[in-house]
Amino acid sequence: MAGNNCMCQQAGILVFSCSGAADAGELSDRVARRIAQCGQAKMFCLAGVGAHVPGMIESAKAGTRLITIDGCPVSCAQKTLEHAGFTPVAFNLKDMGFEKGKTAVNEESIEKVLSKISGGNVEETDRNISRGCCGC
Amino acid sequence: MKIEILGVGCPKCKQLTANAEAAVNELNVQAEISKVTDINKITDYGVMMTPALAVDGTVVSAGKVLSKDEIKKLISK
Repeated sequence: MAGNNCMCQQAGILVFSCSGAADAGELSDRVARRIAQCGQAKMFCLAGVGAHVPGMIESAKAGTRLITIDGCPVSCAQKTLEHAGFTPVAFNLKDMGFEKGKTAVNEESIEKVLSKISGGNVEETDRNISRGCCGC
Repeated sequence: MKIEILGVGCPKCKQLTANAEAAVNELNVQAEISKVTDINKITDYGVMMTPALAVDGTVVSAGKVLSKDEIKKLISK
């Protein structure tokens, strides 16, 4: 059984999106999933951390770095993690020129956000995401 | 006291189990140590990183192999 579905590998970078109801929230979700699909980080459940589920909190502690992607300035993802005692590297789509209610969720916008995130000056984030997507 | 080791059975899980057994023996407390290897049950705990340790149904650690002394502190609380 060991090795099959083993969850013992290093946690690495964990990414949390606000995944809000508006278009900007949807874009944050799509970007987080893209990053996870490409293996640059693991997408993690913001709701589980917000609910203070012990297993989720302890699992999040195993992350080498926590990244939040918020769709709007309310910054729910960032605040949720901070409320749980974490200090995430926070990205906000508003800072990247996206506005709630006026954001197109398409390949172009996803790529734009990925590009902005890779341009961040956080060393570890840079190293792991700046290589771009694998094309998956 | 009920101590559960959550993990599918890799060496890290086995080491955590051994450390938990050593901690219980040194503290001389009554504790039932069991392994949870079913991945569905593990995720039911909200655990995304293993090995994990649960004490009386509450996950107190995930994604690391706690030492004997760290476990002693946790179960002494």
